[in-house]
Amino acid sequence: MSIAPDWIHALQGGVAIGAASSLLLLVNGRVAGVTGIVAGALTPREPGFDWRALFIAGLLAGGALAKVLFGAAGSSAGTGVAQALAAGLLVGVGTRLANGCTSGHGVCGNARLSPRSLVATVTFIATGALTVFAMRRLA
Amino acid sequence: MRRAWGALVGALAAGTLFGLGLARSGMTDTAKVRGFLDFTGAWDPSLLFVMGGAVLVHGVASRLIARRTAPLFDGRFHLPTRRDLSASLVGGSALFGVGWALGGFCPGPGVVSLTSGAPAAIVFVVAMGVGIRLVDGTRGAPTGSLQSRDSAH
Repeated sequence: MSIAPDWIHALQGGVAIGAASSLLLLVNGRVAGVTGIVAGALTPREPGFDWRALFIAGLLAGGALAKVLFGAAGSSAGTGVAQALAAGLLVGVGTRLANGCTSGHGVCGNARLSPRSLVATVTFIATGALTVFAMRRLA
Repeated sequence: MRRAWGALVGALAAGTLFGLGLARSGMTDTAKVRGFLDFTGAWDPSLLFVMGGAVLVHGVASRLIARRTAPLFDGRFHLPTRRDLSASLVGGSALFGVGWALGGFCPGPGVVSLTSGAPAAIVFVVAMGVGIRLVDGTRGAPTGSLQSRDSAH
C-alpha cells in the first residue's frame, strides 16, 4: 500500500479547489458553494441562473479533462443504486437546510473563519464517521 | 456587456478547475471517502490534505481579493454574513454527513462523477436535486430562496 502518492494527489487537488474558489470570488464576487450553485442551476427563471449553470458545466468539463489527464475521474465502488438514492436525498435536504456543504462551508466558509462553517464541518464529519462505523458493524 | 461575458467565462473556468481538482484529489472515489471517515478502522487521512490545501490557498487569496472594492465582473462581493448557529445548520449538516458516508459522494464530487457514467453517480445527483428542491419548496417565495442562496453558509 503506497500512501504517499495519495497524499500528493490530495494536496494537488486541494490547491486546485482553493484556486478555483478564489478565481470565482475574484471574477464574480461569489462563494464557490456547490449546493447553492446546483440549487440556482435548478431554477432557470431566477437571476443568476446563467453563471451557475456554467459553473456546473465546468465541473463536468473538469471531470472529463481528469479522465484524459489522469485516466479516471473517480470510482463509485461500494455504492449501490438504492444506497445512492437514499444518500442523494439526505445530502440534498441536509446541505440545503445547512446552506452549504463540503465546498461552501468546508472550504470557503472555513477559509473565511466563519463560525457557522466550522460548526457545520465538525457536525458532518462526526455524523459521517458514525455512519461509517454503523455500516461496518452491520455489514 | 463585457462585464456579463467576463462573469460567465470566469464561472466556466472556475468550475472546470474546481472539477479537475476534485477528480485529482480522491474526493470522487467513494471507497476513499468512507476510508477517510473510518476513524475507528483502517483510517485513510489523505483527504485531510484536500480541505487543508484548499482552505490554506483560499484563506490567503480571499483576503487579498477582499481588499478590492469590487470583483472584476460584478458591482460588489456577494459574501455570506450570517453568524447564528441555527438548528437547521446543525440538523442539516448532521443529515448531510449521514448521506455523505452512505453514498460516498458530497455534492461537487457527485456532479463530477456524472462523467464516469456510473449509475450510482447519476442516481445520487438526481436524488440530490430532488432533496434540494424539497427544501426550497418549503421555503416558499422566490425572494426567500434567492436570499438564502446569496447568504449561503
